[in-house]
Order: sequence, then structure tokens, then C-alpha cells
Amino acid sequence: MGRLFAVTIIVIAVASAYPIIMHTWVAPQDISTHGYLIDNQMADTWIEAGVAFLSSQILLGIFIWQGVSRPKGFKYGTFPGGAKVLVIAGFLLVGTEVLALGVFGTKAWAEVYFKPPSADAIPIQVQAGQFAFYFRYPGPDGKFGPLHPELINEGQQNYLGLDQTNDAASKDDIVAAEMAIPVNHEIHLLMHSKDLGHSFYVPELRVQQDFVPGLDLSLHFTATKIGKYEIVCTQLCGLGHYNMKAYLEVMSQADYDAWLKQEAALQ
Amino acid sequence: MHDVHAPAAHHGPPTTFISKHVFSLDHKVIGKQYYAMALVAAFIGMFLSWAMRIHLAWTNAAIPGLQILSPNGAPGGVMTPEYYLQILTMHGTMMVFFVLTTAPFAAFGNYFLPIQVGAEDMPFPHFNMMSFWVTFVAFLTLCAAFFVPQGPPLSGWTAYAPLSAIGPVAGPGEGTGQILWAASIGLFCIGQLLGSLNFISTTLDLRAKGMSLMRLPLSAWAWFITSCIGLTAFAVLLPGCILLILDHVAGTSFFIPGGLVLNDQLQSAHSGGSTLLWQHLFWFFGHPEVYIAIVPAMGIVSHVLITNMRRPMLSHRALLYSMIAIGFLSYVVYGHHMFVSGMNPFSALVFSFPTLVITIPATIITLIWLGSLYGSQLRINSASLFALGFVSMFISGGISGFFLAQPSLDILLHATYFVVGHFHLVMGVAAMFGIYAGTYFWFPKMFGRMMNETWGKVHFWMSFVGAYCIFMPFHYLGIAANVRRYSAFVDDYLQPLIPVHKFITIAALFTGFAQMIFLFNFLHSLWFGEKASDNPWEGTSLEWSTKTPVPWNNFDTIPVVYHDPYQYGVESSTGDYVMQASPEQVKTLHDEA
Repeated sequence: MGRLFAVTIIVIAVASAYPIIMHTWVAPQDISTHGYLIDNQMADTWIEAGVAFLSSQILLGIFIWQGVSRPKGFKYGTFPGGAKVLVIAGFLLVGTEVLALGVFGTKAWAEVYFKPPSADAIPIQVQAGQFAFYFRYPGPDGKFGPLHPELINEGQQNYLGLDQTNDAASKDDIVAAEMAIPVNHEIHLLMHSKDLGHSFYVPELRVQQDFVPGLDLSLHFTATKIGKYEIVCTQLCGLGHYNMKAYLEVMSQADYDAWLKQEAALQ
Repeated sequence: MHDVHAPAAHHGPPTTFISKHVFSLDHKVIGKQYYAMALVAAFIGMFLSWAMRIHLAWTNAAIPGLQILSPNGAPGGVMTPEYYLQILTMHGTMMVFFVLTTAPFAAFGNYFLPIQVGAEDMPFPHFNMMSFWVTFVAFLTLCAAFFVPQGPPLSGWTAYAPLSAIGPVAGPGEGTGQILWAASIGLFCIGQLLGSLNFISTTLDLRAKGMSLMRLPLSAWAWFITSCIGLTAFAVLLPGCILLILDHVAGTSFFIPGGLVLNDQLQSAHSGGSTLLWQHLFWFFGHPEVYIAIVPAMGIVSHVLITNMRRPMLSHRALLYSMIAIGFLSYVVYGHHMFVSGMNPFSALVFSFPTLVITIPATIITLIWLGSLYGSQLRINSASLFALGFVSMFISGGISGFFLAQPSLDILLHATYFVVGHFHLVMGVAAMFGIYAGTYFWFPKMFGRMMNETWGKVHFWMSFVGAYCIFMPFHYLGIAANVRRYSAFVDDYLQPLIPVHKFITIAALFTGFAQMIFLFNFLHSLWFGEKASDNPWEGTSLEWSTKTPVPWNNFDTIPVVYHDPYQYGVESSTGDYVMQASPEQVKTLHDEA
């Protein structure tokens, strides 16, 4: 039985690695300017983790096979070089891996979080609430009007609590239930939650960021491929969490300008 | 020779049924009580996971009997989205707190730590009894959430605020159910704090003559390290739970900022709180909790492996120091759960580095296990199979930690099934395998009978293959950005992944069935198992020196310890081992401590 177990471990390890090696399931195609950094880091980590996973599981299988094959009364043998070799190997191999992953991985993180958005990035505010996203564009004046939480009334379609009668900056604000952006133009996303914790996740854009009630955050990214993508919530927010989503439409600049005009007319 | 330490606080033998089996001061009875509670909780948790898995694979399927548990949550047996989340919350809470913490740590630790150090009992038996009963009340309090109007909370086992703090307006179960959850976990913390104090003082003060710290078995060390982690981790979660309850019942706003609007109503009663505060308090406990589950399992597995490899570990000290290092590092890594939470992005790098570093001691432990297996003469039985299965699961689950330790990769993988696969393998399945290894190994000593080996091996094979079939595909789903905690998959990009979910559900039903076999074997062996000898596995540590069943004060005479814990591979009058309490002098292959 021990030998069968040894073989089973190796078979399971190889079978587990097979879909990874064959790219049976992969992340949605990257459509961002920074995503390649994340994907490269992911690929490097797969190689390092894959080697560690396969080698340790195969060694486990081999040592079990050997262990159960030995006759009773066998005097145990010591690993060549003893524990010192293994401890030093552990420090060096994993230490190097840790340093490499830690240092190189910082680059992708910094690209998203430490680099400020460019001056011409398009500001778009996204508000998350149970169980929908709403997007606000500042209109021709380039300014967002203030939010008045007490004015929020979904029945009257005042999803964000705007006072378009009294607030001059709000008058031309455009509110939409889907997000449209121009391709190859940086977006500065201003994130606001009206109620609970939510999250903004677009796998293709390689962005994921929680909304923090009481704390407005921002993200910036540039989409490089025209298409329609899903924005989903990844922070458990209540019974409709699974269905909290919106669409992101990446358009040509001309289509985006037309879309803005059309939405402005609907306000 | 070492100092003689103080004896345990003596209590006489129990004289009544109540004092023997219910409100017992005996650490062994308390250990069994913890085990029984964990067993019940594990099966509740497993049935809940079955219900979740069936719902995820076939969303409109009626699950027989579920409508009895909740006519509103599962009308006709078909789960509503909110009831899915409520069951998810109860599954996670039940498993993490009442199974993975209680079984490897509180159950086995209570039973065997005093015996392994050579003590008659723990120093504070009344605290120990309180520890279990407070935990048991916590368990009942949690179960009560099933039966209150609106049912259990739906905020997950992590209970993120303000969903968990703002009350019923946030959703079903967020009123009374959430308060019961917080009360239960608060009580649980008190129970574990009392237990940890006893474990620490037992280890430090009640060791028998000759039992130096370096002569403690690795299982005893693991319980000691875990109790040190628990003492600080639970001490932080406890006030967190109190503050959460106050937000519900006392009008405070510790975790609730101002200006929130739910159902078009401005929540004007609250302002000034911080939602991230809850996450910090929770994860300061939550990450050490991973090690509260896994370190005792590491100790148990090492103990079981050594006995079945018939040799000491390649380096007792390297393994021990690595476990201690993991204990220390567990406090400085918790922020990796919060990379995209909205905390300062610079903090992500600060938390990422120690998270990557903690893989060094974890790797050394794994290499020591592998290096010790090399050249061993291995005995295969249910206990050793589960111990070896633990090593395999720990490797698989641990390696996926490389990904989640990196903030940049967390952008893609956070809150996906990759995380679910990772923590289930490394914390859930591995710890469960540790519990099973301990159960098959120590059942003879705890209950005086042997468990059936054939059924034990069937249980192992089904569990080992089944667990991989469940939790490896979780990783694949995560790579494809399948978000977790969804009660149904309505997003377009998730549709191609539903067949994988169906496969996982079938594997979960199969693996769950294997646990029924274990339960049958466990219960059957209690009454009809072959009578156990005092030392059926030819072990060396003190639990095998005393009689089976163990007398109420553990030893007829307090033992004197003459040897290191694992003197195997020697030539002695008993065979290839010499027991710790044996005065026989033998030639050992290593210098003794």
C-alpha cells in the first residue's frame, strides 16, 4: 500500500501541474498598460512555485517508496550532509526566491499605486452601493458637484445624492449605470461607497480595489483594447453580492465623445 | 539530571457521574469533551459545505431537509442567495473556530500535554473546566443563530464591518444573528485564553524530573507554541467582538463611519467609525489563527511520523526553532489579507516581505520531514498515512501562498477561488489530516481500543484523492478570476467555469461520504474495537509509559525522564526503541540533549 501511495502522490502532483503547464485555465486577456508587469510576475512565480511543488512532492513519493521497501530492523540512514545541508538549502533557495519575488514584484504594485495619474487622465467617479455601481462624469466644467447622502433616492433616480438645482458644479454632471472609457487614454477612477464595503474588479484590466465606506480612494489605469468587459464586486456586501456588476465599455475616442453627448442628453 | 518541578494542583478522583463526565476537572475528560464538540461541529460544517456545493453546481436544486432548517431561507429546499451566504458564514465560523482550533489544540493538547510532560493534571483544573464549558456555551450560542428570526449572519467568517456592524438594515441575519455570532466568538476567545494559560503553565512548571524543555516531544512543543500565539491573538479578537456588539446594541460607531445610506435611508445614528479598524483587529487575530490550526498539526504529524519512521527527526532543533519562528512571524504578516483593502499601499510592501520570509521556516520544516523520511524504515498504517498526507497537503497549500504573499499578484487573485483553494489546503485539509493522524494514533490511549485499520485506510484514500479533486481545481478557478462568496455565477465570463464547479461538488460529496466512514469506524471502535495494549505503536514518549486506559491521575507514580523524546533505531531490551521513562542505558545514534 505504501508504494501505491508513493505513486499516487507523484501522479496527483503531475496531474495537478498539467492544467497549469497547458494553460487550460488562464486569467482573462490583459487589456491594460500595466497588466504585463503583473502577468510577467505571475509567470515567474509559476515557474518557481512549480519547481518547488513538483520536486518536493516527487521527493516525498520517492522517499515513501524507499521507506516502505526496507526490511524490518533496517538501521536508518542519514540524509547526505545531514540537517545542515537542508537548513542552508532552505535559507538559500527560499531566501533567494523571496528576495527575487519581493523585489521584482514591487514594480507592478508601484505602477498601479505609487505612480500618480497623469494630468490629462479622465476623472470618473464610481459609487458602489447594494448592489449596483453608478458612474459619474464631471461634464464640460470638469468639476464634480458635492454629494449629499441625505438626498439619495433611488426611486427618483438620484443615485448619488446630487443637488443639481442648487450646486452649480453638479448641473452638468453625467451619471450612468455603465462605464464607458476611451481606449488608450488614462482614467483616474475616484471610488466612493454609499453604504458598505464593496470592490471594483475588472480582471482584464488587472485592477482590483476595495471601496471603503467613509474613505474615498482612487485608482488609475489605461485600457488598450476596445470591447465590453464586466466590472464585478469582490467584497461580500450582502444578499445580492453575486449579482452586483456593471459593464465597462472601452471605445474609440469618437465613440466615447458620442456616448458622452448621448448620456448628457438623457440627464 | 534536571530539577523536580512543582506537582499539579491536586484534585481527588471524581466521585459522581457529573464530576466524572460533565463538569470534570480531569484534563483527559476535558480533552475528550473538546474532541466530541469538534466532531459535532465538523459534521455540521461539512453538511453545510455540501449544501453550498450543491447550490453552486445546480443553483435551483432542492436540497432535501434544508427547508426544515430554514423555511424562509430554503423554501422547498432551494436555497436563496442570502441563505447561501448565511450557510457560508456558519460553515467558516464552525470550521475555523470550533474544529480547527479546538481539535488539534484544545482536544489533543488537553489530553496529552500533561501526560507528555509527566504531570498529573494542569495547574488550574477549574480554569480548564471553565475553558471547555465557556467554549461549549460559545458553540451553542453560534448554533442558536440558526434558529432566530432572519437566521445567522451573512457577513462571512471574517464579519467585515460595516456589513456586520450596522444592523438588520444591511441584510438578513445582520441583527440578532450577527450579535449571537460576535457573542459566540467573544466567549470562544475567553475559553481559549483560559486554556492557553493552562497550557503555558503546564509546560513551564509541571514537567517531571528529567523532562528538560529539549526533551519535550514535538507535539508538546507545538501545543506550547500555539498557546503562546493564542494568548495574544485571542486577546485582540475579544475586544473586537465586544466593540462589534456595542455598535449593535449601545449606539456606538467603532466600525461605522458617518454618511452611510442604506435602503435610501441615511444612517444618521452612526458617525466617526473606521471600517478598516475591524479588519486590522480581525486579521491581527486571523493570521495567527492559521498557525493556531496548523502548528499543533505539525507537532502531531511529526510525533506520528517519527514513531512510524522508527527514527528521530533529522534535526529536532531545526524543526523546533522553525515552529517558534513561524509563531513570531505570524504577527507581522496579517496585512497580506488587506493588500487591496484601502490601507496605505506602502503597508502592502511592509506586510509582503515577512509573508514571503515565513516561507523559509515552513520550507525548513518540510525539508526536515523529507530528509527524515530519507533512509527511514516506514510503517504504513492509518495514522502514518494521514501524517504523510498532511505533508503533501501542506506542500501544496503552502506553495500557493507564494502567490498571495505578493501584492501585485493579489490584484488578480484576491477574493477569488485561488484564495479558497490555498487556505483550505494549508489550513483546513492539512490540519484535518493532522487531526485524523492524531485520532488514529492516540485513539487506543484515549479510549482503550484500537480503531479498525481497514476502514481507516479506506477513509484515508477517499479523503486524500477527494481533497485534491476539490481543492486543486479551486486554484484553477481562481486563476480564471472566479470570484468567491458568490451564491450563483451570473457573470458572462464565469459561465465556462461552471462544469469545474460541478466536478468539485461531486468530489465534495464523495469526500464527505468518506468522513461518514470515519465516523462509523470511530463510534464502532469505541465499543467493539480490539482492546489496546499500553503501547501499541511502540512509542517512546510518556503517554505510552502509562497504562491504558490512563488512570485518573495519569501515572501510578510520577515518571522520571531519562532520555530524549525519540530514541528510535537503538538496540534495547524492548526492541528498536527506548522509552523516555526507561532507565535503561543504550547506545544512541545521536548525542542526547
